[in-house]
Amino acid sequence: MRRYIGRKILIYGLTFFLAVSIDWLIPRFMPGDPIANMLARASVNSTAAQVMHEYYTHVFGLDLPIWQQYLNFWNSLFHGDLGRSVYMFPTPVVDVLSRAVPYDMFLLLPSILLSWYAGNHFGAFAARSKWLDNTVSPIGYILTATPYMWLGIVLAWFFGIVLDQFPIAGAYSFSLRPNLSWPFILDVLHHWFLPFASLFLVGFGGWAIGMRNMIIYELEADYSRYLEALGAPKNLIRKYAFQNGILPQITGLALQLGVIVAGALVTEVVFSYPGIGYLLLAAIQNQDYFLIQGCFLFIIIGVLLANFIIDIAYVIVDPRTRRGMTGESA
Amino acid sequence: MMERLKKYEFLYFALRNTKLRVGLLIIFFFVLLAIVGPLITKYDPFAYVNPLGPQPPSAKYWFGTTFFGQDVFTQFVLGLRATFLVAVVGGGLGTFIGLLIGFVAGYRGGIIDEILNMFTNIVLVIPTLAVLLIVAAYLEVRSVFIECIFIGLTAWPWVARAVRAQTFSLRTREFVDLARMSGMNPLKIIFTEIAPNMMSYLVLTFILQFGGAILIAATLDFIGLGPTNAISLGVMMQYAVMWGALLLGMWWWFIPPGLGITAIVGALYVMNVGLDEVFNPKLREM
Repeated sequence: MRRYIGRKILIYGLTFFLAVSIDWLIPRFMPGDPIANMLARASVNSTAAQVMHEYYTHVFGLDLPIWQQYLNFWNSLFHGDLGRSVYMFPTPVVDVLSRAVPYDMFLLLPSILLSWYAGNHFGAFAARSKWLDNTVSPIGYILTATPYMWLGIVLAWFFGIVLDQFPIAGAYSFSLRPNLSWPFILDVLHHWFLPFASLFLVGFGGWAIGMRNMIIYELEADYSRYLEALGAPKNLIRKYAFQNGILPQITGLALQLGVIVAGALVTEVVFSYPGIGYLLLAAIQNQDYFLIQGCFLFIIIGVLLANFIIDIAYVIVDPRTRRGMTGESA
Repeated sequence: MMERLKKYEFLYFALRNTKLRVGLLIIFFFVLLAIVGPLITKYDPFAYVNPLGPQPPSAKYWFGTTFFGQDVFTQFVLGLRATFLVAVVGGGLGTFIGLLIGFVAGYRGGIIDEILNMFTNIVLVIPTLAVLLIVAAYLEVRSVFIECIFIGLTAWPWVARAVRAQTFSLRTREFVDLARMSGMNPLKIIFTEIAPNMMSYLVLTFILQFGGAILIAATLDFIGLGPTNAISLGVMMQYAVMWGALLLGMWWWFIPPGLGITAIVGALYVMNVGLDEVFNPKLREM
């Protein structure tokens, strides 16, 4: 188990190192001058532009030798300094991001966990039951093939515009001030439901299909056949199949995280939901490079942390990793 | 006819498999539309052809017109072309890199395998879309082709991981040992002895890569980091949302592109399961 966790930590460490290096590398080696672009977009007058150009050259540290720029980047990173947002000047990027993160948590955690749980159970239920398999599986395929933003758009259009039952923009009504009262909480939930539903549905389809296929594999495995031959009850065999099928689904969850996060980004864009995805769009449209870099780092850190938690969960669920037998080849 | 096909067992089960047939039919339909569509439309995708502005589908404008009076059908069929290009080139490149790394790591083993495997795991954990975002954000002019390359360069770890595991289990088999003893060079062993034995696996992987590339491209396009000089299904959805098609109830603007992507990717997934059943008799419907 120590070996398994140690190996994982090594990989996460290296990943973080590589990701930060990419974050540092790209603005410096891309064609064109990002600072000049940024100022051109801001369309300030020429004297101001010159001063700002010097300021930003200094802030990026572009006047220093390359290796020192790189070390400085790490240094300021560890001091929680990601620069200042241009688009919301002069708020530090860290502040802008930490205001958005709670919304992401609120949207992502329930949709990931619930869709995973419901999808797995439903998929296991549907496997090898002719009627359910013929109705549920096609729906699962359609859902998992749907681009996140399109499902969001369609839900927003149908429930928000045609039926006029749900708000389609923001995290709460502009007429309300954030406080801890029932009307406000209900309003927040009301705004949260549609983005949550579109993330949930796409995820649900994927997990249900995955589990269905997994159970079919397991039911055809020798141990299931043997149990069957011994006359074990169907429910018991299915229970074992589920317990074996859930392991790859846990690994799958870790591997899918990047895709789910990407889906959340575009879903937030559709619903103008003020999380990182919405910020990122604003940052891209305003060529706010510090904010783009900051969003990138936050996403990486979030995904790495979640991966680590899933790895620990895997160790708890799969006893083989605890006893030093390699349950999953890392 | 079926009797004769039985000689070719694979073809027999392939043609008998409903999932595979339905999937192929849908893909074929959209490929045909992508090829023929731009030839039969008489409009330019960006030209403001309808002086009345937005209009629902009619005999003159089959899929209606956008907020600016652009023809949605023309944009859709050209967008399909971009989608298939991304899928073939991006998915193909991703598969190729994954194969290369997977074969080398699995066949050579030892320290090379350790390093490549570590690298694969690292790229697997990084949210690739975030990397694509930051690269695309700094590039001012982007073409569909550049998008394909980016997607290909970040989408290979899945393939590499799967191929490595398969190669690993195949390379200790007797027939591979025999080939090695007869002095065959490693490249030839990989391509003539190992690869054919995992062909079914490779086909399935390529199909998944194909669908994955389409979805990644749609996401990038939707955030406004897609091609700057071309139309694609993702770009259509981006414009539709940007210009308030939702509030104006212009469903004909945002339904076709998303429906197209869903149908194509869904058909690929269904095909994938169908092929899996063809290759692996245990999975066939009872």
